[in-house]
Amino acid sequence: MVQKTAKPLPRFKALLRDERFWQVALQIIVFIAVVATFYYLYGNLKAKGQAEFDLGFLQNTAGFPMSDNILGYQPTNSYAKIMQAGVINSFRVVIVGIILATIVGITAGVASFSTNWLLQKISRVYVGLMRNVPLLLQLIFWYTAVFRATPNADNQIVFPDEALSWVVISNKGIRLPGPSFPNELWVGIILLVLALLLGGLLWRSANMFRLGRFGAGIGGWLSRGVNVAIIVAVVITDYFLLFSNSAEDRLYFTGAVPAFVGSPQGLWVLALMGLAAGLVYVWKLRTQAMLTRGEDGNLLLGMMGAIALATAAIIIFAFGWKTPVIVPNGAEGGLPITMEYAAVVTGLTFYTGAFIAEIVRAGIQSVSRGQWEAARSLGLSNSKAMQLVVFPQSLQVIIPPLNSEFANLAKNSSLAIAVGYQDLYSVAYTSLNQSGRAIEVIAVMMGTYLLINLLISINMNQLNAVFQVKGR
Amino acid sequence: MTNLDVSPNRTPTPTPPPKSPIERGAPRVSKLGPVAWGQKNLFNSWFNSILTVVLLLLIGNFVIGTLLWVFSEAQWAVVTDNFGQFMSGLYPPEAYWRIWSMLGIIFLMAGLTWGLLARHQKKLLNQPVLIGLGAIALFAVVLPLTQPHVLNLIVCLGLLVGMALAGQVIGRKIPMAAQLISLGWFLSYFAVLYLLNGGEVRASFLYLVSRVVLSLLVGWQLSQRVSIPALPPWLTKIGLFAAGVVITYLILWYLPYTIPGLDFGIDNVRTSKWGGLTLTLLLAVSGIVLCFPLGILLALGRRSKLPVLRGFSVAYIELIRGVPLISILFMGQVLIPLFLPEGTRPDRIVRAVIGLTMFSAAYLAENIRAGLQAIPQGQTEAAQSLGLNKTLTTLLIVLPQAIKIAIPAIVGQFISLFQDTTLLSIVGLLEMLKMTRNLLVGASYSGDYVEAFLFIALIYWIFCYAMSYGSQRIEAALNTDLR
Repeated sequence: MVQKTAKPLPRFKALLRDERFWQVALQIIVFIAVVATFYYLYGNLKAKGQAEFDLGFLQNTAGFPMSDNILGYQPTNSYAKIMQAGVINSFRVVIVGIILATIVGITAGVASFSTNWLLQKISRVYVGLMRNVPLLLQLIFWYTAVFRATPNADNQIVFPDEALSWVVISNKGIRLPGPSFPNELWVGIILLVLALLLGGLLWRSANMFRLGRFGAGIGGWLSRGVNVAIIVAVVITDYFLLFSNSAEDRLYFTGAVPAFVGSPQGLWVLALMGLAAGLVYVWKLRTQAMLTRGEDGNLLLGMMGAIALATAAIIIFAFGWKTPVIVPNGAEGGLPITMEYAAVVTGLTFYTGAFIAEIVRAGIQSVSRGQWEAARSLGLSNSKAMQLVVFPQSLQVIIPPLNSEFANLAKNSSLAIAVGYQDLYSVAYTSLNQSGRAIEVIAVMMGTYLLINLLISINMNQLNAVFQVKGR
Repeated sequence: MTNLDVSPNRTPTPTPPPKSPIERGAPRVSKLGPVAWGQKNLFNSWFNSILTVVLLLLIGNFVIGTLLWVFSEAQWAVVTDNFGQFMSGLYPPEAYWRIWSMLGIIFLMAGLTWGLLARHQKKLLNQPVLIGLGAIALFAVVLPLTQPHVLNLIVCLGLLVGMALAGQVIGRKIPMAAQLISLGWFLSYFAVLYLLNGGEVRASFLYLVSRVVLSLLVGWQLSQRVSIPALPPWLTKIGLFAAGVVITYLILWYLPYTIPGLDFGIDNVRTSKWGGLTLTLLLAVSGIVLCFPLGILLALGRRSKLPVLRGFSVAYIELIRGVPLISILFMGQVLIPLFLPEGTRPDRIVRAVIGLTMFSAAYLAENIRAGLQAIPQGQTEAAQSLGLNKTLTTLLIVLPQAIKIAIPAIVGQFISLFQDTTLLSIVGLLEMLKMTRNLLVGASYSGDYVEAFLFIALIYWIFCYAMSYGSQRIEAALNTDLR
């Protein structure tokens, strides 16, 4: 009920002193200011005739070469295609870099708790050196002073000898034993997926045994996995459909996938997936029964070992590994690694590894002293105490900051341009210079990096959920 | 730890009464002999013994090889011949005195700050400080690299020590002086910029900023000291302040242009000539200082209960933190000219600083947010119960404490920003890394890349290590919880 008043001034003053008025007013002012700024910038852009946002240019011929790509890109292909090749190159660096940096980081972090004084100090010096020198300088150093300083093809380094030739190094690149991707590979991949699934289930059951109770249930686990799979699928599909106008890519997602699902192989895959789902349920019941009967877990352990062996066998036999072959003036076959790729991965690994080492060190320090002492008083050796008692407990402190470290690695991979490795940023840079479509190219590039970070973040959150200690 | 002691009223802990010999203090630490020490730390198991021997062999090999290389094989000419270019890019050698004056100003301010902050300390130049200064002086004299500039370096060190001693005296006599440190640094930032850029004094940024500061001071003093009884006091204050500011500013603005002979100045050095360590430091410092206003606003916005403010802040912070710095710098170089009106095209270095500022604002916001979260609710409630409104509570009570908590994180951020300036070499600025790569392109030094890269790596390492060491000291000194 608003009453008319004779004196409007005091009401106005009261309004000025009312916090609620200012809360609304402030938001409106900020909103208008931001919108006005954007409108002003957009106006300037329009005045220069650059305002229309059109991704159509992605279909045009890119015309510049890409030496190191696994998509079979040719200079006559479109910008969309080379962007995809760039994204895949970025992923190659990021995934391998994350795995290697984690190994290096955990090794260095654990080594700083070694009883060997020398090892301790080496770990500290490594961290202090890497963290205080810019990454870009390190990348350039690795490239020019280490990888490009290798002998030329006439004097190439062959390890262990000319006959076996597992590793061949010259300034043209490194060759390692590599998979030859035979036609029957899809069987191997399906088996591999199944083995991983079974391994996961067994691990879960082992955890149930260890805790003596049932966790969130395998159904909850599956739904988590399906969530991630859906997000990844949507992200990747959207990416390819949005940004690639080339017919063959569209076909891949609109034609090839349904065609595969309808084919005999596809039916096999579906059947095996159904079988796996059935196994999940049966296994859950079986574990429950084992627990209630009070059986020991040796059967589980044996099965886990068998699965591990099977996985290794599949990886060795299904992929058709071949060593490089020495030819006059060089080598052929195997897995070729360019010096640019090697330099980027090495640089990122050792730089990020130092940061991960610090995180691991802090995590281990966060485990209370009593845990060490308790483990020692049970008669465990120092290294066993670390492996079985302290390190597992430190994981829940280590994993959350690892997320941002992995994200940093992904972002830092854009520095690959400095050594001439054609990743997403490098490709976007060249595309921009050629096509002049500044806003579109930058939007696509930044959007993709955001997606990569999102993917890392989703996966790390899943991992984090596993390692958090529940109900203490 | 004693240099930055800002809590002089810390009372010494009273000595406990003597106890009986049996229960006195911690267990005795027995010192191990070298053999026993080696047995305990290097050869305590068969595995460790093997490890030690292998590591010793590897390290020995590496160290001997490196030493042999450094002293016999390495061609250090690339460093000694081009020391000036490493330090200041393509800056004309006849204007190097300006770089030295900049260094002088910085050392002068650093000494003054040191002296003023440590004014309650009995002995400023204690043993570790003297040893440190002595070591630096010794290096300056002995190293062949710095020998040509030995006089300048000694003068700079002298300025540091002299101003520190003077600052202590000033700080004790005039307690207000310590509050003017920030103003001094603010003005010396522009003085340094002027020395680097040159041009007419009356048209420079330095003069613009100085006359703004001066007119604000005049206006404030006028409103504090003069009263006009005929008018209500608030009107007098505002009126006098406004009048003082405007009149002083206008006088200072027009005076140099009306009096002939005030068009003096030093030669303008174009920004394309700036480079080397000077540019690296300038970019890093500008990036971290300029991001403060935006960063603090974003941090407050993200903590705000108002959805629009929080939404914009979160969107900005997450967007910037989700993409690589190089893409932001690149965007700065390419998109800023596109988004500005026709004809305005900021200098390349200005665009780089805008990019760095946008980037570090997002990270600073997160650091300050962490600080804000660490402030207990009781502080806000206490401030409100004193009658402070929300704005004043934030400005006077919460923010200062939050920033103090965030200082170690901010120093860490500065270190990484300092390293990140190397990324500007990709967009073509002649900072230290790009300068080095340019030098190595020339035929005369094309094989000496290891020497050149090691040299600048050493410089980056020294700066970053010194800063992180300093940050630990500041953290200890600012830790007022220790009682």
